[in-house]
Amino acid sequence: MSRLERVITIPGKTISEKILSAHSGTDARAGDIVIADVDFVMGQDGTSPLAIRALQEMGVDAVFDPNRVALVMDHSSPSPIEGVSALHTIMRDFGKKTGCRIYDVGEGVCHQLIPENGHVVPGDLMVGCDSHTCTYGALNVFSTGVGSTDGAAAMASGKLWFKVPVTMKVTYTGELQPGVYSKDLILDLAGRIGVDGATYEAIEFHGPVIDAMSIDARMTISNMAIEVGAKAGLMKADAKTLAWFEGRGGRVPAPVDPDDDAVYVRELVIDASQITPQIAKPHAVDNVSPIPDVVGTPIAQGVLGTCTNGRLEDFRIATEILRGKKVHPDVRFIVAPASKRVFLDAIAAGYVSDLIEAGAVFVTPGCGPCVGTHNGVPSDGENVISTANRNFKGRMGNSNAFIYLGSPATVAASVIAGKITDPREVV
Amino acid sequence: MKLTSKAFKYGDDINTDYIISGKYKFKSTDMKAMAVHAMEDLDPDYHAKVSPEGGFLVAGKNFGMGSSREQAPLVLIHSNTKAVIAKGFARIFFRNAINTGLPVVECDTDLIDDGDELTVDLEAGVIVNHTKSIEIPFPPLPPVMAQLLADGGLVEHFKKHGGFAL
Repeated sequence: MSRLERVITIPGKTISEKILSAHSGTDARAGDIVIADVDFVMGQDGTSPLAIRALQEMGVDAVFDPNRVALVMDHSSPSPIEGVSALHTIMRDFGKKTGCRIYDVGEGVCHQLIPENGHVVPGDLMVGCDSHTCTYGALNVFSTGVGSTDGAAAMASGKLWFKVPVTMKVTYTGELQPGVYSKDLILDLAGRIGVDGATYEAIEFHGPVIDAMSIDARMTISNMAIEVGAKAGLMKADAKTLAWFEGRGGRVPAPVDPDDDAVYVRELVIDASQITPQIAKPHAVDNVSPIPDVVGTPIAQGVLGTCTNGRLEDFRIATEILRGKKVHPDVRFIVAPASKRVFLDAIAAGYVSDLIEAGAVFVTPGCGPCVGTHNGVPSDGENVISTANRNFKGRMGNSNAFIYLGSPATVAASVIAGKITDPREVV
Repeated sequence: MKLTSKAFKYGDDINTDYIISGKYKFKSTDMKAMAVHAMEDLDPDYHAKVSPEGGFLVAGKNFGMGSSREQAPLVLIHSNTKAVIAKGFARIFFRNAINTGLPVVECDTDLIDDGDELTVDLEAGVIVNHTKSIEIPFPPLPPVMAQLLADGGLVEHFKKHGGFAL
């Protein structure tokens, strides 16, 4: 075989293979195990205390670079009980000792704060001690969730071992219909491939529908890549992505596109024009139905917010439906902005006063009631409609409650009616 | 390492909220105290049944899906769970189990029923089901993970080598 022929037969690389190659100094291919340099490490209040303990057990009293480690108090914040207060104190003390960045109560959800503050940029490799760390895949960052001990090892050394994932390619053609949003696309995907449909794999999302979306909408999709088991949910960085990073004080972006001849484990082409509003029913994210199947289900609580749908565009969508209307008297409507920045922007845009006038109850920027520690634990037998990403039994702190997941528009329409409502009736 | 114990069998897609609910995981870092709530929403008696003499948690596909909480493998360890044996695992749970020293085995668990007596040979890659008098082979862990497990988890690996030595 001539040299030229050999060169031609080397297949191209996916985004994952390229980022993991660049960070490990190897020609990383799916299936390889590499030790790679990470650009950033994050922990939240449910996972950081165990990471700090692991660092102590390792005999490590510094982080590899204080500018590349951040701990966020978002899951149970401000503290509802003395046990959590003690965990927050452990985090604050660690911040003082190591100089790493601490985001204290009220700053927001980790997955909004890390990109919003320019801690990651396109082309980065980062790990976070939270499963929804895959959110920044929408920003062309290979980001993935790890446990506290992996997080500790990365905080100590700036490195971690990775198995280079195979990649599934999902291409969205057509265009979204009125009342249908990025949340509906990812719920539809969960329904199609199941909660383990992409386990150990990365997903790349492509196509004109993704290109047309805002960054906020793209983040909703990547956020839920973990709900089908994926390690990462990646998108290309385009002009919109680069514009989004301007003024955030981050490093210089190094966008990574997949090669045209990259090898994918399988490819799905989905006509987004055919997708209708979707609902994930209790108690699994892949228990998905088109909304007509569940219309009329009574609800006691609605939730707008979380790392899935707590951004400014989500507030705009909900406000346009709720402005001048009233939340049903039998419904509590809990709203948690994803960050203080989102909260301020929503105030400036007038969304907050409109939502409060309609009957919304605002809680601290952060995870809100999603993870069952505070801010609205449902009662026995109650149905909740939420913009969050998980509806596992007991997720919101009561295993006798029932959680339905939908888009901000679906939640807004439903809290007015007091029952699950098709948003196409109101947009 | 050879482990002998009894099987406690559960189903598919057991998520991390079943293994340890979010409402407990934020309360403290005392895993021994938290372990009494292991698997609570699925089987309130899990800790009481398994902790006295130990046992294998046997499950179907996609065990440990959901959150990154390392409390999940830790409460199982503190409930005297010797290993988790499943048809497959969610990625983060799998890493967390290895990192904290909880053996994880992927095999056809249709060949195991609740209450079966098993011996798991991690190096040889075989489970002997004494109750059914059958052997169930499984693929051994990749070398990186086998090394971490042999060192007693990632913390012990770092203590021993001062960093990654894989």
